[in-house]
Amino acid sequence: MSTIEAAAENAHDAHGHDHDHPSFLAHHFDTPEQQFDSGKLGIWLFLVTEILFFSGMFCAYAILRMLRPDVFEGCSQFLNTKLGAINTGVLLFSSLTMAWAVRCSQVKQDKGLVAMLAATLSCAMIFLGVKAIEYSHKWEIGLLPAGLFSFDPANPHPETHANYLYYICLPFAAVLAGTLIWLGVSLIRRDKFQIQCAMPLTVAAACFFVGIGLGMILEGGDSGHESETVAEQTVDATDVATLAIATDSKVLERLASDSANSGAQSELTARRQQLDVAGSAIMQKGDEIAGAIVDVEQNVMTPKKAGVFFSIYYCMTGVHAIHILVGIGFLVWLLVRAVRRDFNPQYFGPVDYVGLYWHLVDLIWIYLFPLLYLIR
Amino acid sequence: MSAHGDSKDGYDFAHPIPVPMLLAVFFALVILTVVTVAQASFDIGSLDILVVMIIATVKAGLVMAFFMHMAYDKPFNVIIFLSSFAFVALFLIFTMSDSNLTSPDFIPAEGDSIADVQAEFGTPTAVAAE
Repeated sequence: MSTIEAAAENAHDAHGHDHDHPSFLAHHFDTPEQQFDSGKLGIWLFLVTEILFFSGMFCAYAILRMLRPDVFEGCSQFLNTKLGAINTGVLLFSSLTMAWAVRCSQVKQDKGLVAMLAATLSCAMIFLGVKAIEYSHKWEIGLLPAGLFSFDPANPHPETHANYLYYICLPFAAVLAGTLIWLGVSLIRRDKFQIQCAMPLTVAAACFFVGIGLGMILEGGDSGHESETVAEQTVDATDVATLAIATDSKVLERLASDSANSGAQSELTARRQQLDVAGSAIMQKGDEIAGAIVDVEQNVMTPKKAGVFFSIYYCMTGVHAIHILVGIGFLVWLLVRAVRRDFNPQYFGPVDYVGLYWHLVDLIWIYLFPLLYLIR
Repeated sequence: MSAHGDSKDGYDFAHPIPVPMLLAVFFALVILTVVTVAQASFDIGSLDILVVMIIATVKAGLVMAFFMHMAYDKPFNVIIFLSSFAFVALFLIFTMSDSNLTSPDFIPAEGDSIADVQAEFGTPTAVAAE
């Protein structure tokens, strides 16, 4: 049928075969449909490996949360729900545009396909921009993985030596500058194809900074600081008392664990009483703080415990962000091919496969968002 | 895949999903996201995680069925993909039950504050009464 018609145009094909086939059909396939189905099976198998790969992290999450639900509940308050929700929306929208792009490629709407791919790319960049704000803010106040965790609730805004946001933005600024230069050069050379490629890519690169702006606006809102002030109030009250005793009471505890050492035991009891008195006396000043939150904060904001939560957080969202970056790479490739008008109703496989991958990334975020940000 | 009824020449196997359907799925997903965020402000105790996971799974189902064309895909592909979730379930169930039985706590408990001391040794008044 149209396969054979298309083959006529591709008579100059460099293959040495005597059979005719369109340029998009690899010669080991009989029909475009067979080619498409093979690719589709392959991408589904790849997605299975992705699911299993992510399930390792979800399993770690499940075990840690099962063992210490309080740690997760307390630390989750340091994640900005607004930013997470906006990112969910952005990612869902990008999924919509991706699905729409697949449709465009199936019905041979070349302009629509380029527009939809550009929209998907832009959403991906906005997502990364918001993520950059989230990460840099946490790094600055020391909410880091176990081992590096240095958040001090008594001093939640330390003088930081590095402006992390600046460093994250640098590569993206370089990409934006690159696409701008490319656009400029292709405009001067009046290369239509390159202009059509560079234009959407420039917009997408600029969208990273739209995401940065969006994140800054939302982070500046009250929601972001709500959790911090809670922590500040809470721990200010008890921190002094705790710190004073914590250091040598550990040694005492060890001594007291020996039942013969009655001196150390009574000393420890006395210290505990003292600590309790001191703690409760100061606590009365902060009566307006809800009791439940006070308990949670006391419990979990120690470097080792909170560090475990943030290890999981950075691991899961970080690997997810890497998937977004990889997806961006594939989308750029698709965009250039779409501008070249490579796709048609018999050859839309690449768009569909990248689309499936992109939806999977979205799928994982659908679970990550409530599991990390929305722990009551 | 002639079952689609899309017998127009050149559209043999492509199955474009109508735009209104895509938009409907998107808005359903957004509404479900709003619902998830909203439910987080209610204290429903241990049901919390269950509700959250059910909503997330409904969203995942929508994405898979329509955005990923699964509702129109070959059954073999669907079986392959869904089987991965069965294996994930096995993985999670066995690992979690195992860790539940063997390891009380992965997170080291040293350097903690009042509440932990109280949890371990009781409140000072209780200790004094002994």
